[in-house]
Amino acid sequence: MIEVKSISKRFEESEVLTEINAHFQKGKTNLIIGQSGSGKTVFLKCLLGLHIINKGEIIYDGKSSNEMSDFDKLNLRREMGMVFQGSALFDSMSVLENVRFPLDMLTSLAKDEKEERALKFIKRVNLQDAINKLPAELSGGMQKRVAIARAVVMNPKYLFCDEPNSGLDPKTAIIIDKLIQEITNEFQITTVINSHDMNSVIEIGENIVFLKDGLKIWQGTNKEILNSGNEQVNDFVYSSELVKKLK
Amino acid sequence: MVKISFSKSCKKSILYKQIFKEINDLVLDSIPIVSILSFFIGGVVAIQMALNLESPLLSKTLIGFATRQSVILEFSPTFISIIMAGKVGSYITSSIGTMRVTEQIDALEVMGINSLNYLVFPKIIAMLLYPFIITISMFLGIIGGLLAMALTGVPSEAYIEGIQTDFDGYHVTYSYVKTLVFSFVLATVPAFHGYYMKGGALDVGKASTQSFYWTSIIIIILNYIITQLLLA
Repeated sequence: MIEVKSISKRFEESEVLTEINAHFQKGKTNLIIGQSGSGKTVFLKCLLGLHIINKGEIIYDGKSSNEMSDFDKLNLRREMGMVFQGSALFDSMSVLENVRFPLDMLTSLAKDEKEERALKFIKRVNLQDAINKLPAELSGGMQKRVAIARAVVMNPKYLFCDEPNSGLDPKTAIIIDKLIQEITNEFQITTVINSHDMNSVIEIGENIVFLKDGLKIWQGTNKEILNSGNEQVNDFVYSSELVKKLK
Repeated sequence: MVKISFSKSCKKSILYKQIFKEINDLVLDSIPIVSILSFFIGGVVAIQMALNLESPLLSKTLIGFATRQSVILEFSPTFISIIMAGKVGSYITSSIGTMRVTEQIDALEVMGINSLNYLVFPKIIAMLLYPFIITISMFLGIIGGLLAMALTGVPSEAYIEGIQTDFDGYHVTYSYVKTLVFSFVLATVPAFHGYYMKGGALDVGKASTQSFYWTSIIIIILNYIITQLLLA
């Protein structure tokens, strides 16, 4: 579980996040949603430790980020997995090498064990027929699946996904969303997904944090968001004419 | 950047693999272009020397002497380094820059890997073999001069005698000192431009151009400083 207590993030004169309080639950798909420019990516990068917060604290399973030494932070980083918006696969490596990479770099497992573990996760994301392919030879959806396998191969406690279904067709997007949700439940990971896709919100939003202009406006579940009663949330959720009509 | 790239080392086996890959990409792959350039430029230098030393009062051995001095002191260490700023420097900047743009460097950092150590350190170590390329360049430059003289009708004996005349080993030492300094510049300046670049694909091209610009300028300025310190 991740608890966020009154965090603020400032870049020079502009405050991007202001006094954010939120919690992200273990074994659930937690979503950060909001319009472009609302501060979602900065918030996610703060949770990852890629941005240093100016105020407040982030508590990872009882351990406050403010009380961690550099060594603790490095160890915490190794308990995190990340699925990037553009997949961020290593171009020169095959699917198998990409998934095995964190094991090669960070563990002292035998070669066979690493191979076995990487193959287990590749199989989990249904890419066993593409293990020798390079990222350039894969479709966008397949690249995302490799990225998910690579992110979870180290059995992380925390999984962060930055718009994992952006650029994908609606059907593939739902497959990716469902895959993340299944893996989250199966391995009891605290998953935080950055998204502005309403399909994802409805499909997998077990815990949703809504941001606007760097402020947390609302937190709830996918069952509650359609009837939140909050004007700003409604403005975002019902921004499409189609959804309005459906309502 | 250099300090961080030498700290928090990745696993040794991974680093060795990366170093061998970089030796192949940066050093071995550069041998063909350096060989061709050195051979022909050596020939041109010898022909131009011959053209300027037509007086019967001047010994033909001076052609070999002047070609050797030009190639060892300046052409091989400095001008080959500027050409390498284009070849190796662009490769380093664009490969690291593309990794930055496509979030691959962020992916390394999120995994808790020191990305500078993984990406830049092997390049610095691989470039320690750069003097090997310059040795080939010196040898082929002088051989190119010999062949050009043979085709021009200058006796080979005079050229060979010339390249042995007043040979000073210190000049070779000076040349290798320059080469080692330039090898560090060739690995680090382009890596800096690639690693700290911002923007998209178009900016990778701009960063490569900037990297060549600054690497060349730094090499030329260092060339002057080292020459002032060691030869003046």
